[in-house]
Amino acid sequence: MGTRGNLDFSPHTPSDETEMLAAIGVASIDDLFEPIPVHLRLARDLAVPDALSELELIEHAGALAARNKGASELTCFAGGGAYDHYVPAIVRAMVSRGEFATSYTPYQPELSQGVLQAIFEFQTMVCELYGMEVANASLYDGASALVEAVNLTVRATKRERILIGGTVHPHYLAVLKTWTSGLGFDIETIPFEPDGAVDWASVDARDAAAVVVADPNFFGRLEDLETAAQRAHDHGALCIAITDPTAMGVLRSPGEAGADVAVGEGQAFGNPLTFGGPYVGYFATKLELVRQVPGRIAGETLDSNGDRAYVLTLQAREQHIRRAKATSNVCTNQTLMAIASAVHMAWLGPHGLQRMGEICARRSGLAAAKLAEIPGCRLAFEGPVFKEFVLETPMPAKDLIGKLAERGYLAGPDLGRWYPDLTDHLLIAVTEKRTEQDVDGLAEAIEKALTER
Amino acid sequence: MTTSNGAPLERSSGARAGSDFPLVFETSQPGRRAWSLPEAGDSSPALEDVIPAAHRRRDPPALPEVSERDLVRHYTRLSQRNWAIDVGAYPLGSCTMKYNPKISEEAASLPGFSGLHPLSDESLTPGALELLGVLEEALCEATGMSKLTFQPAAGATGELTGLLIMRAFHRSHGEERKRVIIPDSAHGTNPASVSLAGFQAHEVRSDERGLVDLNALRDALDADVAGLMLTNPNTLGLFERDIEKIAEAMHEVGGLLYYDGANFNSIVGVVRPGDMGFDIVHLNLHKTFATPHGGGGPGSGPLAVSERLARFLPAPVLGWDEGAERWFWDEDRPDSIGRIHSFHGNFGINVRAYCYLRSLGPQGLRRVAERAVLNANYLRVLVRESFPTVYEGTCMHEFVATAKPLRKHGVRGMDVAKRLIDLGYHPPTVYFPLVVEEALMVEPTETESRETIDGLAAALNQIAEEAATDPDLLHAAPVTTPVARPDEARAARDLKVRWTP
Repeated sequence: MGTRGNLDFSPHTPSDETEMLAAIGVASIDDLFEPIPVHLRLARDLAVPDALSELELIEHAGALAARNKGASELTCFAGGGAYDHYVPAIVRAMVSRGEFATSYTPYQPELSQGVLQAIFEFQTMVCELYGMEVANASLYDGASALVEAVNLTVRATKRERILIGGTVHPHYLAVLKTWTSGLGFDIETIPFEPDGAVDWASVDARDAAAVVVADPNFFGRLEDLETAAQRAHDHGALCIAITDPTAMGVLRSPGEAGADVAVGEGQAFGNPLTFGGPYVGYFATKLELVRQVPGRIAGETLDSNGDRAYVLTLQAREQHIRRAKATSNVCTNQTLMAIASAVHMAWLGPHGLQRMGEICARRSGLAAAKLAEIPGCRLAFEGPVFKEFVLETPMPAKDLIGKLAERGYLAGPDLGRWYPDLTDHLLIAVTEKRTEQDVDGLAEAIEKALTER
Repeated sequence: MTTSNGAPLERSSGARAGSDFPLVFETSQPGRRAWSLPEAGDSSPALEDVIPAAHRRRDPPALPEVSERDLVRHYTRLSQRNWAIDVGAYPLGSCTMKYNPKISEEAASLPGFSGLHPLSDESLTPGALELLGVLEEALCEATGMSKLTFQPAAGATGELTGLLIMRAFHRSHGEERKRVIIPDSAHGTNPASVSLAGFQAHEVRSDERGLVDLNALRDALDADVAGLMLTNPNTLGLFERDIEKIAEAMHEVGGLLYYDGANFNSIVGVVRPGDMGFDIVHLNLHKTFATPHGGGGPGSGPLAVSERLARFLPAPVLGWDEGAERWFWDEDRPDSIGRIHSFHGNFGINVRAYCYLRSLGPQGLRRVAERAVLNANYLRVLVRESFPTVYEGTCMHEFVATAKPLRKHGVRGMDVAKRLIDLGYHPPTVYFPLVVEEALMVEPTETESRETIDGLAAALNQIAEEAATDPDLLHAAPVTTPVARPDEARAARDLKVRWTP
C-alpha cells in the first residue's frame, strides 16, 4: 500500500493486527478467508482508480463540481418536481450534526429518542400540512410515495383499477407502472383538457381502487380535487392527492378537499436540488387506514418509569416482521431528509409557510403575465396555478432552454420530452428565491433568444 | 461507568435522565417566529387574484411558532438524546455501522453538486456524469458485473429492480416463471420485494452448517423458478462455500442468481459476485461505501447486472460517447423495465461513495474486507465462552452468537442488549436472523480499534457473569439513558402517532 492515499480509516497498528491474529489462532488474514474457494478469489488488485490523499480528493471533487452549472451558477426557474427553494441556514447546521447523520434506524429506542421524537414531530407536521391523521417516517421520493399510496388503496378496497390524471408528473406515472408491473393493476390515464387540467366530473370511478389527482399538477395548474374525491367516494374508491407541501400555507389541504391519502415530494423543505436526490417522499392518510401504511411510524408511549417515550410502532406491518406479507418492502428510508424538512417547517411556522406560499403564487402570477407579453409567446393553459406554469414559445423549448443557459438562466424542462405535441412548451417555476428583477431578466433573455435566432 | 468507548448518553445530554422532554409544538407561543423571508409585494398581483377562493386555505397549518434560538436548542438537545457512530461503537449486525468520512460530506455539499437540477440538459452537468460514470465502472469491476443503474434509492428498491429484470429476462424467452427461492436466513426485504414484484417467495431451509441446504435447494428447483436471492456471506456471517454448486444448479433450470449486497464489505477486493456465478447484484452504498445512515436513511442501492441483462436496466442509463469523449444519459432503451426513481436516484449519496472509493483505492478496498473479517473474528473469540456461536468455524465480517446459555438465569438476549447500553455500547442486532434462538448478531466493522473491541468484549463477558449473579440488574437496564425501556405493546394499543394539543 502506497503512502499517498493511506485513507483506509482503520485504526490498527501492525502490532494490533499481529496480536489479534494470534488471539484468533490463525497465521494470517488470508486464513480467515478459508471458506472462499481459492480459485474464486481475486489474484489481482481491483482495477479501480488509485487512492488520493484528502487534499487531492477535495481538489479533484472541486474540479468535477466546477464543470457543472446549476442553481448556484444560473438563475433557476426550472421546475418539474425539483425546485430551487431557500434552505434556511439552521437546517444544514442541525442535520449535519453527527448524532443525527451517523445514527442508524432507531431499533433501540432508549438510544434513539432524538431521532424518534424528530420523526414523531415530522409526522405531526406532515399531518398538519395535508389535513391528515397519520403520516409515516418518510419514503424515498414523491414517485415512490405515490406507488405506496396506490398499493394501499388496492389492499384497502380489494380492487385493482387505478384512475390517474394525465397531469400527474410523467416520471411518477412511469415509476408507478414499473413498480407495479408484476401486480397486474389496470392503470388508466385520464387525458387532460385544453386548459391543462382534468375534467373530474366526467370520470366514472366504478370498480376503481383509487382516483389519483396531482394538485397542483405537473403543469402547475390547480385541479378540482373536491370533485375528484367525490367521484371516487361515489363508487367506493379512495382518492389519492399528490400535493406540493410548499403550497400548504395558501392552498386548502388534500384532507379538506376530501382526499383519503396525501403524498408529495418534500425536497423543497430543507433539501437542496442535488441532481434529484436524496429527496423525501411524504405519506399521510386517515387513521382508519393506519394498518395499511407502508414503512416506519414513530409512536408515543410510556417507559417503565411512566415517562413519555417514543418507539417505532405497528412494526407487524413491516418487512422485517411480516416478510412476504408486509405492506411494503421499504426498509431504509430518507429519515435525515425528513428531519431537514421538519427543521425547515418549524423555522417557517404557520406564518412563514403562508409567506413562502404567497411569494411563490404571486410572483408566478407576475412572471406569467410578463412572459406572456413577449411577442410570439403565450400561456399554454388558462386557469390558476401555484408556482409553475407552461409558456408556449415560437421556438422548440429544448433549443430555448439552451439559449437561456448561455444567458445565465435555468428554465424548463421542455414538455416535448414527454408529450410529442408539446415541443414548444416550456415549464417555468418561480420560488420565493426569485425576485421581480429576476423575472424581468428572464423575460429579457427569452425575448433576445427569440429575436436573435 | 465509563469505558474506552466513552460516556453513556445522559452525561452529554442537556436533559435530565427520565425527565419529560418537550415536543417542539409544546414550546410554541403565538407571535414568536424564526422565519425571515422577503415581502411578497412589489408589482405582483394579489393572492386573491391568482388563487381562487375555492382553492385557498382559511387557516394555515398549526406548525410550531418558536424562535430560531429555541429551535437550535431543541434539535441540538434531541441530537444529544441519540447514539451515533460519531458518539461510539455501533456493532449492529448486518447494518455495517462504520465510520463515515467527513471529507465525503464536504464534497457532497459543493454547490456544483448540491445545486444541480435533475432535469437539466446534460451539457450543464458533465462533471456529475463523469463522477457517476467512473463510480459505475468501479462498482461493476468490484462486483464482476457489466452495467448498472443508480436509480434505486436503497437496497430494497435494488431488489425490486433486479426481480423485475428477472421477469423481463424470462419473458424475453417466452417464459412466465412464478417462484423465487429465498433461504430462511434472508433479510425480510427479500421476500417482501418478491411479493411486490409479483412473484411467490419459496423459502428453503439452512442446513446444520448454517448454509443453504443443497438438497432442499435442488428439490425446490424446476422450470417455474425465476431465480434465487442470496446474501453471501449470509446473515449468519458465513460464506456460502457451495456457491458454485448453487449457481450451477440454478443455471441448469434456467434461473438467475441475485446477490444481495448487504454484506459486500466482507469480500470487496477478495472475491467478486460475478465470479461466483451471480447475474444480478445490488450494493448498499450506505453500508460498504461508508455513507452515513442518517437515522434510517438515505441510502443508495445501485443495481448491477451481467452483460446479457444490461438491456433490461431502468432507463436512462449512463452512456459513453466515444467520439465526443463524454458521458450522456442514454434514453434509447427499448427493452428497459422502465423508471424506478423520480430522477437519478440518491446522487448526493453516490458522491459520498465516490469520495470513499477514491480515498481507498484498490488496496484500501481490499483492506476493508480484511479488517472487517479480522475484527469480527477477534471479537468472536473473545466472547465465545459467554456467547457461543451456533455454527462452527471462522466467520466473515459478523457473527451470530446466542444468549441461550443465560436463559437458565431468566435472562434474554434483549436484557443483554439493554445492559450493554449502560456499559457504553450500542447493542448488536437481537433476535435476527430468525433461524438462531436468542440471536445476537454482531458486526464490529473494520473502523473500530482493538481497544474498543476489547472493551466491548469485556462488557459482554461481564454481562454474562452478571446474568448469573444479579439478573435483575439486566432486567432493569438501561438506567443511564434518557428513557428506560419503552412499553412497545402500549404504543401499538393506544396508538398515538402525531401530537395533538
